[in-house]
Amino acid sequence: MSDLTDLYQEIILDHNKRPRNFGKIDQPTHFAEGHNPLCGDELSIFLDVQNDKIDDVSFDGQGCAISKASASLMTERLKGKTVEEAREVISEVRKLLIGPEESEPDLETLGDIAALEGVKKFAVRVKCATLAWHALEAALEGKSTTSTE
Amino acid sequence: MSNIMPQPKTDPIIPFPLNVETVRRDFPILDIHVGEKPLIYLDNAASTQKPQVVIDAIQRYYMLQNANIHRGVHYLSQKATDAYEEARRKTARFINAESEDEVVFVRGTTEAINLVATSWGSRYILEGDEIIISHLEHHANIVPWQMLCERVGAHLKVIPINDDGDLDLDAYEELLSDQTRIVAIGHVSNAIGTVNPIKTMIKTAHSRGIPVLIDGAQSAPHFPIDVQDLDCDFFIASAHKFYGPTGIGFLYGKAHQLDAMPPYQGGGDMIQTVTLEKSTYKKAPGRFEAGTPNIAGAIAMGAAIDYLEHIGRANIVTYEQELITYAKERLQKVEGLSLIGEPAEQAGAVSFALDSVHPHDIGTILDKKGIAVRAGHHCAQPLMKRLGVPATARASFAFYNTKEEIDSLSVALEKIRDLFV
Repeated sequence: MSDLTDLYQEIILDHNKRPRNFGKIDQPTHFAEGHNPLCGDELSIFLDVQNDKIDDVSFDGQGCAISKASASLMTERLKGKTVEEAREVISEVRKLLIGPEESEPDLETLGDIAALEGVKKFAVRVKCATLAWHALEAALEGKSTTSTE
Repeated sequence: MSNIMPQPKTDPIIPFPLNVETVRRDFPILDIHVGEKPLIYLDNAASTQKPQVVIDAIQRYYMLQNANIHRGVHYLSQKATDAYEEARRKTARFINAESEDEVVFVRGTTEAINLVATSWGSRYILEGDEIIISHLEHHANIVPWQMLCERVGAHLKVIPINDDGDLDLDAYEELLSDQTRIVAIGHVSNAIGTVNPIKTMIKTAHSRGIPVLIDGAQSAPHFPIDVQDLDCDFFIASAHKFYGPTGIGFLYGKAHQLDAMPPYQGGGDMIQTVTLEKSTYKKAPGRFEAGTPNIAGAIAMGAAIDYLEHIGRANIVTYEQELITYAKERLQKVEGLSLIGEPAEQAGAVSFALDSVHPHDIGTILDKKGIAVRAGHHCAQPLMKRLGVPATARASFAFYNTKEEIDSLSVALEKIRDLFV
């Protein structure tokens, strides 16, 4: 059961039960929907970016514990960061979730997000964890929808 | 048992009831372990496991019979052709078709529906016509009809369901109109197990001269099927859901329907003569079987049919009904669990929700305990939307499942709830 304990760490279970920054932002500057056609999960990401700084960020939608916790951890980490800093976090998350075995993500940049590391052992669940991040990237690029497929 | 459940007719009732310990020995895969846990396979609506006799049939074909069919005059070609056509006779017997010429071998249910929508549809469906499906359908019985509607400008009409997951039959009668050209409905819902009263529904459609296609993917594994008694125009199923191999299934069509349909795919083996200017085609079923088919698959599907008849179709109905009744009772004792859909008649599958725990999390944790269930939308997204859930967890049963396995599932679910809630 140790793989399972790695997957469902306390911090993940907590973010699943009490998601942070859950709901819509009024008049977001950036917005995108992420869709995982494999399971039908949908998440929306809302950003309020002023002068290249993420003043506010939130998410909405439905998903499993992994996708919800991932989105919740993301919003917590990005609030107040510059867009460039956000891109650095995205790049580290990529290393953490889909990078090759030997990639060593920067744990300091990731903060609590590092708790998602256990997902890597569950190939079919990686897309749950990346859904919110795909949506974030799409929102920053000005696209309104994205898909994990 | 109510009158909705098809009564076994073609099988004599075997005096010995099904012994689950004995039948489990026929399925080698049931002995494997997932990690250290013995496999508990409750994903039978997705695909069933294969008995040794089916595995042997595939091996025997490639060891002793392999050659192309309907072509060579040589020994092996004749042997392969005989075995392939014998499988067609077995399939006809399996559903009590009047003639084996009414049985077309296809890759599976999906191909069968696409074949009818394309071929039958091109002959009979015109702009402004209406096609009726239901809200319970699998994507395979939605998308081919949508594609047809888009091609010709026809309209798709949907029979609604009530909150229990049963079809609204009054609404069905109201939907039937002078524009309705075909009714295409599932016999049993793959997602929530509803058994539809198809015999009555077929009668209603026929009283207005409208043909009916039955998607039997989820009923053929569970009940004896009698297409003459049902009087359906088309009946289709996939072998891998009734203990046969993947990549093979059948389309039953009434002779007059198949004979009036243009070919689906062109190629070798479906023609009478070919010149560079024009070709003429074989009669059904050959007309619909272009190219070298899945010969080993068809023969092994025949072996699966023999196996089911050996176990006794009536025995399977009795045992599985007992199992699903037990599953519903036991699962409802799990705190926070609610069944999704409570149809009047249910077969094969039970869908459920566990408080706010997402089905994918349930699926992952059960997998670590060796328990295979399906978590997701079950290729029935419109139904999920109607039921107000993004996805469900589904346990689906075969006659090799046991009450002890249902107990293990229930105990595991209790632990999952403790972890998440």
